[in-house]
This record gives sequence, structure tokens and C-alpha cells, in this order.
Amino acid sequence: MDVLTLSRLQFAATACFHFLFVPLTLGLSILVAIMETRFVKTGDALYLRMTKFWGKLFLINFALGVVTGITLEFQFGMNWAAFSKYVGDIFGAPLAIEATLAFFLESTFIGLWIFGWDKLSARAHAATIWVVAIASSLSAVWILLANGWMQRPVGFVLRNGRAEMVDFGALVSNIYSWAKFLHTASSAYLLGAFFVMAISAWHIARRSELEFFKRSFKIAAAFGFHAAVLTLASGAFSAIMVAKYQPTKLAAMEGVWTTRKAAPYYLLAWPAPSQERNSFQAWGVPRGLSLLAHHDPDSEVTGLKDFPRDMRPPVMATFLSFKGMVLLGMLLTLVAFLAWLVSRKDLLESNPALLRAALYCLPLPYLAIQLGWIVSEVGRQPWIVYGLLKTSDGVSKSLSTGQVLASLAGFTLYYGTLAAVDFYLLYKNARQGPSPAPQGA
Amino acid sequence: MNFAIIWFILWGVLWTVYFVLDGFDLGAGMLQPFIARGESERHAVAASIGPFWNGNEVWLLTAGGATFAAFPTAYAVMFSSLYSALLLVLFALIARGVALELRNKEPGAAWRRAWDSAFFTGSAAAALLFGVAFGNIFSGLPLDAAGYHGSLLGLLNPYGLLTGVLFVLLFLVHGALWLAIKTAGALSSRAAVAAKGLWLALVPVAVAFLAATAYATKLYDNYLAHPALFLVPLLAVAGLLGSRLASGLKAFLCSGLTIAMVTATGIIGLFPNLLPSSLDPAYSVTIANAASSPYTLKIMTVVALCFVPVVICYQLWSYRVLRQAVDPSRPSAQDEAY
Repeated sequence: MDVLTLSRLQFAATACFHFLFVPLTLGLSILVAIMETRFVKTGDALYLRMTKFWGKLFLINFALGVVTGITLEFQFGMNWAAFSKYVGDIFGAPLAIEATLAFFLESTFIGLWIFGWDKLSARAHAATIWVVAIASSLSAVWILLANGWMQRPVGFVLRNGRAEMVDFGALVSNIYSWAKFLHTASSAYLLGAFFVMAISAWHIARRSELEFFKRSFKIAAAFGFHAAVLTLASGAFSAIMVAKYQPTKLAAMEGVWTTRKAAPYYLLAWPAPSQERNSFQAWGVPRGLSLLAHHDPDSEVTGLKDFPRDMRPPVMATFLSFKGMVLLGMLLTLVAFLAWLVSRKDLLESNPALLRAALYCLPLPYLAIQLGWIVSEVGRQPWIVYGLLKTSDGVSKSLSTGQVLASLAGFTLYYGTLAAVDFYLLYKNARQGPSPAPQGA
Repeated sequence: MNFAIIWFILWGVLWTVYFVLDGFDLGAGMLQPFIARGESERHAVAASIGPFWNGNEVWLLTAGGATFAAFPTAYAVMFSSLYSALLLVLFALIARGVALELRNKEPGAAWRRAWDSAFFTGSAAAALLFGVAFGNIFSGLPLDAAGYHGSLLGLLNPYGLLTGVLFVLLFLVHGALWLAIKTAGALSSRAAVAAKGLWLALVPVAVAFLAATAYATKLYDNYLAHPALFLVPLLAVAGLLGSRLASGLKAFLCSGLTIAMVTATGIIGLFPNLLPSSLDPAYSVTIANAASSPYTLKIMTVVALCFVPVVICYQLWSYRVLRQAVDPSRPSAQDEAY
């Protein structure tokens, strides 16, 4: 394998690994903040115990998200030096701003939250976790403004042999990035909700700490259902953005080979990339794809055959990841809706099937989010910046195969070990449940 | 003054603040196995930096991000050239961070011992490697038209290693003075004694570094051209003396001043280079050939001037709120969250 392939593998591995932890940080920080706020408002000690129990799980996960993020800040320069030189003038800015605006807040206030229980008033203490939650989502805004720019580059001119920023406003108001932020954030909130629902469901089924976990479940289900609706809506909006700005990605996502007007949406299809057609497609909804992609039933949808082969993304990976993500998204929305209904009516204990579903669904939002990133990044190929710079032109020239092979092996081993340790801690603490209520409280 | 010069200064300030702040975290990590006796003292060392290390490390991320935004070419050349060394720094910082966050999540003695060794190893490796990397940047990297010609072992030249040892000792003294004020009881007194002993080791290394710099680097050229700049290394010497003569918070602030002025001495000497070439100055990465466009630098200047002061305010506030020293003999309420 060459430096390019290895560098792509390494970036994919380290980014995907980082994003096993980030969504839970985004989602669970808000849920913990809600719990602590309720404690401050009601004085009910059960909410305090909930804050501490879910807070501990939050911290175990947060640690890995933080440390694996350092890698990403430096990896552009390490493996993608040509890319960094060519677009750093505009791409570096959101990264630097992310650190300045969001990481400082997040890291300073998490310290205050962990160590400030007896140093801050109850209100101020609850405020610190809200700052952490808001800063986490703020960091998502800036990193997705950076990623959104790679998907739909705006606000620059080619000058001095590189892409130079001429319109910061265009970078910040890039509609593609905001669609992406909404979709990424809401799916992360959904994942946070499923995390709390799944662990709560396990305990409710065992009748351990019933009130504690029913209340946790109820908060998470309400949050999760709303997040699910937002995930679907922002997903539909993101697809319109893709159709508008990345026709090759959309065509690969939907398996469209030939450009046509009033394109139907096939509920079942299987692409055959070597023959440049779908080997199978059925249950077409007339004009469905035109309507979804461009909000116009008669609009034209561009097919892959309009592009030379070397300008198309890997079709199977993009297609299957996209379809998998959508299916999982629908399923999770349904479960979140039922969970919300049942928990509102206080019927959780008498619905073992729902409790089981909530538990077994836990890996699914993780999977859906990873698939989403595959759609986004593999679907952008062969471009590293869509339409501007090829991935093969972005890689560092000074690296040797041995160097990157060694680092990739190192990351795999190291991250694998960390993942195992972290999973063990989460599993053990989640099973164990909250520490017993203090006597007399 | 143009924006590229402003950003050279800010670039230097970000690295300087990072080394001053994470310096005591890394120092505490290196000291833990030697001056903490028993679990409660080892826990106290970790807890003394627990609330702060993460916020301190963000200065590194910001220095990295600012290098990317303001000097993309420097970012690209620095990190792709020093690839393997930087990878080791990343692994070390990850080990340090995970160790601090996970050590108290399980009660077992073996569990905590394992994380404490990761805490020590990560801290020591990061301190040494940062010094080696900056020593090599000060003396110049083998860069020419074809790119970088060095290797990981090539970085371990005498001047690079000397700078590495200097960083390790600077951070050790800084960390010991931190533990002296931020812990209580026997641990605090032992840390104060350790600071004095380590100071004796630091002085000859610092003198050797200042002397070797004249031979191994061109850093002093700027000083000979503008002798007023010698104030900066003089302040480093003053800080060094102060960290021995003063005690408590003042001594700690003096060791911080030393680290800041040593870093500043190197970075001022580099100007206008960011990464000088040891092969041919024509291939040095300078503020002229690496800077972003004036428009980008202007935006970044506004962002930095608006938000960095706010960051400094709330970070200072967090140090104030959590100013109480950690007493190993008294388990506190905060352990519950761990």
C-alpha cells in the first residue's frame, strides 16, 4: 500500500474512533445539565443522584473524546501537508476559532464542574455543566463549518497558488455546513438519549432503582424523540444540499446512473457499478427522487454516467452506507416515539418488549452515525475539497510508506486498547447502577 | 506593523503560554512516583492538576490551530517533517490525559498503579520530546527544495537532547513548586525540598543551553542586532534566581517566568523564520513565505483580540475558585464525581 492509501486509512480510523465518543459527549452533556437543573429547581435529591450517576458515565466517555481530538488537530499537517498548504488560508481559520471559542470553555468548565461541587453555589454549579454542553455543540458548529467548506467550498479565490479566503461571512453562513451541523448535532442528541434509555431499560426490567431509572428514561425519551424528528428533518434538508452542490455524491447515494427528469424513488435497488446500472430496482415511487432532491417533482436528477469514471465516488460504499443510515434512522425514530409515549403514560414496567427494544437499539445510533460519516467522506471522493483539490493531491510528500504504516499500526493498537478499557468502565458502571442513597436523606 | 508580524508574536505567545501552563502539569506527572508516598498522596498529585490540565492543553491545540490558520506552510512543514516525533508526543499526551481522567474510576490498587505509570511516562516523554523538537527548530531543520531530509534519530543530536533535558528540568522545578503550594502536609514540604534540589541540577543545564545556543544556532543574531532584546534572556535568569530565593506562590510565578522567557528567547531569535533550514536559508520557512493572506490574518487577529482575553479571565477565575490546596489526609467531596 502507498502513503496515500495508508494516510486515508489512518485518517478514517482516527476520525471514526474519535467520533465514537463525541456524539455521546454532545448528547449526554445536555441530559446531565437538564437533570442538575431539575435538582436545583426542585431540591429533589433523586435528581442529584441522577446527575452524579450519569455524570460519571459522561466523564468516562468524555476523557476519550478529548484525548483523541488532539490527534485530529495535528493530522492535517502530518499526513495532508499539501492540502494544508493549499487551503490553510481559509480552512485553518475555523479550526483555530473552534479551539479559541469552544475548547477553552469546555475544558475549563468541565474542571469546575468535577471539582467545584463544594466550591460553587448549586446554581453556579449547574451553570458550569450547561457551559460544557453549549461549548460542545459550539465546537461542532466550527468543525462542521470546516468540513462543510470541504464539501462546498465558498468565500475564496485561487491566488498565489492556493485558495485564499476573501469572504469570511460566506464561510460562516455556508448553508451546507449548517445543514450538516443540524444533522450531526441532532443525531448526537439522539444517541445520548438512547444511551440513557438503554441503560435505564435494563435496570427497569430488573426492578432495580425503579424510580431513579424511570425518571431518567422519561427525560431521555422526550429529548430523544424530539432529537429524532430533528434528525430526520435535517437529514432530508442535507440531501437537498447534496443534490444541489455534490451531484456525484447524491447519484451514488441513490444509485442513479442516467440523468433524467421526474426521477422515481426506488424503495429497493442494488447497484452494479461495473455495468453502470442497477442490477435490480423495484417499488419506484413516481417522481419521488426529484421531489426529495430538489423539492420539485419534475426536476432533473443527474446520473453518474454524466461524469467520467475517475470523477465518481466508490458507489457501493456510498450507496449501502446511505441506505443503512436511513433505515436505522427510521427505526430509531419509531422506537424513540414509542418510548416517549409509553414513558409519558408511566407504563414502562408493563412493557418488557419496549424495554428490550430500547436496550438492543443502543449500538444502532453509533452505527448510523459512523455510516453517515462514510456517506459524507467516501461520497466526496475523489475530492478532498469538492471540485477544487483531489485527495491524491493533498497528501504529504515527505512521508515514507514505512512511517505511515508504523503510525497506523500504532494508532490501531493504542486506540484498540483504550477502547477496550473505556468500554469495560462504561459497562461496569452502567450495570452497577447509582451509589445507594445516603441514609436519612 | 503588518499582520504577519503580529501573528508571529501571537504564535510565540501561544507556545509560551502553553509551556508555562502545561509545564507544571507535566512536571507534577514526572514527580509523582518520586515524591508521593501511598495512594492518598499519589491521588493528591493527580487531583492538584485534575481541574486544570485539560484547559492548559487547549493552549497547545490553539497554538496548533493558529499555526494552521496564520502560517499554513509552517503548519504543513513542521508536522509532516517531524511526523514520527509528533506522533510520539501525541501518544504521550493521550496517555497522560487518559491516566488522569481514568485512574480514579476504579478502586483497585493495580488499576491505579498502572495509570500512574502511564501518567509518569506520558508526562516525561512529552516534556522531553517538546524540548527536542524545539531544540531542533532553533538550530534548523534539514530542509531544501525537495523537502525534509531528517529522521527521528537525527533529531536526537546533542543540542536537541540538551534542549530536551532543559525542558524536563524546567518543568520539574515548575511542577515541584506547584505541588508545594497546591498540596498540603508532608507532600507539600517534600515538593518544596525537591524544587531546591532540582534547581541545582537546572542551573548548569540552563547555562550550558545558553552557551551552546551561540554555537549550534543563529538565535543570537537578532540580539546582537538589537541589544535591548537581551532583556528577555536576562529576565529568564532573573526568574531562575527568583524561583530559588522566593518561596510559595512567588517562587512558582518565577519558575513560570523562566519558562516563558526561555521560550521567548528562542522564538525571538528565530524571527523572521518559523522553521529555519540548516541546509540553505533560501529554504527556511519564514513569515514571508508561510503567512496566510492579510485578509485571513486580519479576521484571525480580531478573533484573538476579542476572545483570548475572555479565555484568560475565566481560566484565572477557575484557578481562583479552586485555589484550595489538596490535602492528602482529607478525602474531599469531589472524589465522589470520580
